[in-house]
Amino acid sequence: MSLITAHDLSKTYLKGETKVEALKDLNFEIEPASFVSFVGPSGSGKTTLLNLIGCLDKPTSGILRVDDTDISSLNTRMAAAFRGKKIGFIFQDFNLVPVLTVYENVGYPLVMVQNTPSSERKQRILALLDAVGMAEQRDKYPDQISGGQKQRVAVARALVTNPKLVLADEPTANLDHKTAYMVIDIMKKMKNDLGTTFIFSTHDQKIVGEAEIIYTLEDGELAGREV
Amino acid sequence: MFDLFKISIRNLMRYKRRTLLTASLVTIGVVSVLVFISVSGSFKNMMIGQITDSFVGHIQIHKKGYVSSIDSLPLTLNLSPKAFEKVEKAINEVPGIEAYSKRIKFGGMFSNFVETTNVRLNGVNPEDEVKTVPLLLSRVKEGEKTIRTGEILVPELLAKGMKVKVGDTVVVIATNRDGSVNGKQFQVGGILESATGPGGRDGYIHIDDAAEILRMDTMEISEIAIRLVDFDELHRVFDRLNDKLSNELNKQGGPAFEVHTWEKLSPFYNIARMIDVMTFFVKLMLIAIVLISIMNVMVMAVYERIREIGTIAAIGTLPGKIVAMFLIEGFSLGFFGAVVGDILGIAVISVLNVGKLTFSFGRQKGLLLSPSINLQDVLVISIIVITISVIASLQPAYKASRMNPIDALRHV
Repeated sequence: MSLITAHDLSKTYLKGETKVEALKDLNFEIEPASFVSFVGPSGSGKTTLLNLIGCLDKPTSGILRVDDTDISSLNTRMAAAFRGKKIGFIFQDFNLVPVLTVYENVGYPLVMVQNTPSSERKQRILALLDAVGMAEQRDKYPDQISGGQKQRVAVARALVTNPKLVLADEPTANLDHKTAYMVIDIMKKMKNDLGTTFIFSTHDQKIVGEAEIIYTLEDGELAGREV
Repeated sequence: MFDLFKISIRNLMRYKRRTLLTASLVTIGVVSVLVFISVSGSFKNMMIGQITDSFVGHIQIHKKGYVSSIDSLPLTLNLSPKAFEKVEKAINEVPGIEAYSKRIKFGGMFSNFVETTNVRLNGVNPEDEVKTVPLLLSRVKEGEKTIRTGEILVPELLAKGMKVKVGDTVVVIATNRDGSVNGKQFQVGGILESATGPGGRDGYIHIDDAAEILRMDTMEISEIAIRLVDFDELHRVFDRLNDKLSNELNKQGGPAFEVHTWEKLSPFYNIARMIDVMTFFVKLMLIAIVLISIMNVMVMAVYERIREIGTIAAIGTLPGKIVAMFLIEGFSLGFFGAVVGDILGIAVISVLNVGKLTFSFGRQKGLLLSPSINLQDVLVISIIVITISVIASLQPAYKASRMNPIDALRHV
């Protein structure tokens, strides 16, 4: 069964008084444990689509099911709970909490979202920090580590709850190529080890090549699918 | 909850200067209120103590109509022995009364054989009077601290004006209720310091001498002053006494007696009320300071952390936890400000006590101010500050929790 199913998915919003059709009748399916990239120029609708898949927004029309849940049926609280349980996020600007250490940032979803017992929490955080090569930096604060290290911490934070799906919006945009490849490698390794589905948006063609399935978006429409 | 506290405290420490400034504002407010409450409260309590323990007593009982004509000290409104017996019976039946003293009050002429002036006198039984108003004898500036028959305690101003001193012989002349005049020689037993309020400049003689001057066949009493075991029971005891005595009717069918607390007898009560009103407004000012400063800092905190709020909301933090996070920040600011304010406030009050502040009130000079604050006041102020801090954080916290994660994540 598909992890994500989109059927005639559309999203329209108002920009001032102008109606903008960000997504137009998208139809696609994404299987579990896949490594998917949505590519396209700025304004093509990549971020809007990731917001919909991540239950941060609702479609204007059409159906979007994530892990067999119609995301249109979720209210704010239910959507937050769904995200906390099923989805991990990786942001372009890393978005680590500046007052928390590397260890605490990775553990944040376990403490504040899932209320995981401390012994299990510790085990999972340390395992992930080790996997992303940040175990030695665990007591540092975000302003004490490099951009690449921050994104590795963000990857660990996204994976710590064992989500079925990780969404990464331009995860390598603020990284140099070497670091970007390293982060992509970590995500691929995690996908293989944990069976997590990774969906990321990018317009960096070198990074795109790492994806197993590539969807191309143009002006809110699905223009192509490459495997 | 511990983790929420940890994150909130770290967020506060992130902007150390701003947190310190806001907490300092709360602290200054708390210190000011505590010092004001302690100083005004101790002034109020001391003055009430001076008034009730020096001459008024806690409660007074008179024949109906006496208090409204008290300036003329009417002998025609004295209590007969039978009426006094009824009052005494009621006093003995009401619990919580420590002592009472019957007084004959009258106005007369005071002569040093060279000059003559008018004087207001209280005829009292010294033992009962001292039990009822224990500070009376402490007002004796010169002479022996007692009231013997044949002796008079002369008010300070009168003694100065008439140039009499302890041991001098003087004459008191008074008109009795039938209009006949009588006089009696007294030796000045002591000079009495003036006290603030009506009756504070009266002289004292023994009750037997008063009865003799006024040629009373039977002892008629002008007023009965009462001292309570516990001053806080004032209104309860007053109500019970009033209930008992209100059943006693005079020949015209009206009430025979009137009972008053010191509040109705001394104009200082209005000053005490004014102090209470001022204290209330000072507390209101504290609330305003805390409300505005905490709300301001929390609005800033939410505005500066919009992206962070978007991030934690996106990764699944429930709105309730986001609210709690900001409420805890407000709570912590208020708590820190209140605790430091309490400590500093108590320290300032202690310093004021060590400094032995004195003040004058009316003709009373060198009154020693002993500011003190009770634990209940400290707790009430602290609870007010902390509650207002949390209330001030509610709107910013709610706003943070209702933020659309997409808009918040886009915020620059």
